[in-house]
Amino acid sequence: MNLKELYQEIILEHGKNPRNLRKTDNFTKDAKGNNPLCGDNVHIYLKLNDNNKVEDISFEGNGCAITMASASIMTDLVRGKEEKEVKEIVTDFLDMIKEKDELSTELLNEDEKTKLMCLSGVKQYPMRVKCATLSWHTLTSAMNNSQEIASTED
Amino acid sequence: MNIDQIKKEFPIFDNKVQNNDLVYLDSANSSQKPRIVIDRIYDFYSKEFSNVGRSVHYLAVAATNLYEQTRTSVQKYINASDKNEIVFTKGATEAINLVANTFGQKYLDEGDEVLITELEHHSNYVPWHFLRKSKKINIEFAEVNDQGEVTLEEIKKKITDRTKIICVTHLSNVTGAILPIKEIVSFAHSKGIPVLVDGCQGAPHLKLDMQDLDCDFYAISGHKMYGPTGIGVLYAKKKWLEDLPPYQGGGGMIREVKKKGISYGELPNKYEAGTMATAQVIAFNESIKFLEKIGIENIEKHERELLDYAVDLLGKNNSVNIIGNPKNKGGVISFTIEGIHPHDIATILDEDGVAIRAGHHCCQILHEKLGLPATARASFGVYNTKDDIDQLNNSINNCKKIFNLK
Repeated sequence: MNLKELYQEIILEHGKNPRNLRKTDNFTKDAKGNNPLCGDNVHIYLKLNDNNKVEDISFEGNGCAITMASASIMTDLVRGKEEKEVKEIVTDFLDMIKEKDELSTELLNEDEKTKLMCLSGVKQYPMRVKCATLSWHTLTSAMNNSQEIASTED
Repeated sequence: MNIDQIKKEFPIFDNKVQNNDLVYLDSANSSQKPRIVIDRIYDFYSKEFSNVGRSVHYLAVAATNLYEQTRTSVQKYINASDKNEIVFTKGATEAINLVANTFGQKYLDEGDEVLITELEHHSNYVPWHFLRKSKKINIEFAEVNDQGEVTLEEIKKKITDRTKIICVTHLSNVTGAILPIKEIVSFAHSKGIPVLVDGCQGAPHLKLDMQDLDCDFYAISGHKMYGPTGIGVLYAKKKWLEDLPPYQGGGGMIREVKKKGISYGELPNKYEAGTMATAQVIAFNESIKFLEKIGIENIEKHERELLDYAVDLLGKNNSVNIIGNPKNKGGVISFTIEGIHPHDIATILDEDGVAIRAGHHCCQILHEKLGLPATARASFGVYNTKDDIDQLNNSINNCKKIFNLK
């Protein structure tokens, strides 16, 4: 195990100064998510325009550095993408955290992929995987208009 | 007492954990087990196993005797007046559920109040919440003060004409506050109100005397007392156990079963339906012997020294904020570090072999009151040393380094 891999500078920086930590005005979709084991929680706000593109995305909540950094990086990456593209990115990220070595989507450039791969350090810490995936599960709930609170407990 | 010698009795410390010596600071969650307890389970299953209280063959009689010996040991250890006041359960959670269920069934009606405190573990809130749903009772909360304590005065303030039972923790698993149980019980009894004590953290660390405390119910967790998992104790005054209805139905708890009616067994069988955690109960006797051999007064003194040392050392660490400052405190320190989430602290400490807990410690009501979603917690057991506290402090400094804090 390697703590330096888990707590890379980019994670610490996003954890400390999360991007998009606010509430979008006139959001069109939203969802809450929590991790019942540790009490982390996020609320994702999504604003889609007429072309179903993400005009704005933001989040509120609190959690550990991994939870906050993951939500921060995620919200930065999906802005401007079409909803179905967002779904592809979410699936790709969750697959990578679960089992794959790399991201395969072509919707992200190399820089963006590198940023996301910083979160792959959690793979060595099974108890912390949920911190990295919470905001992603919650974004899926928002897109599906799910009224249920997204949970990291399946 | 010689801690190095005591530590050697716990096989868990013989092995490295991720290449580090284990610094186990999570005993409030569950304690490690001495060899005699582990061996007892193996020996019982290998040489002496039989179900208890049923058959008349040699092994069954011997096993029954062993099982009942633990009951007598527990009775003596907590100075209960009768061995039938000791009911074995699967844990303290089941002990509290047993009381909530049976007392609730018989004595609680719509509008009645159960008084608990903001310090309570979920296991002393949720069982009462079931009654809030099913019987429309109300749950009142005695508030925690700035020191992380619940005082007798606060309890008095919250008692009303509708208060039917008071349920309080003996020792908070978050702030470490030791509540004035004897005074609370004495006042409650002057109003005719029974008291249940959640003794999960009290039993492993404090001298217990049920006749002196005079509480009506006392819930004990075996696995926090250097005993096996799956075993707990409900102490209840005999008058209650005779008066309340049975909890679970099944074999062992009946006297006579007919198509038209059933009569229930005598104490303590009335509350021990089905095959109990026999091996664990028998091994729990070794935990009691272990505690008796060291002496609870010595354990209290040792843990008090560790606590003072830790409060002093962590208090000097300028980033550490210790939660609560109760006058009477047990070996639990919950803390936060400005700028580092408790889960990150726990992961980084773990890398150094320092096992602590992070989260709400099953006390969400208290954490909401504190305005904190989570805290980090170090809790002590008989095997901890000042070196462990030093290692905790060093690892905290390592956290600060990783997070670029001064």
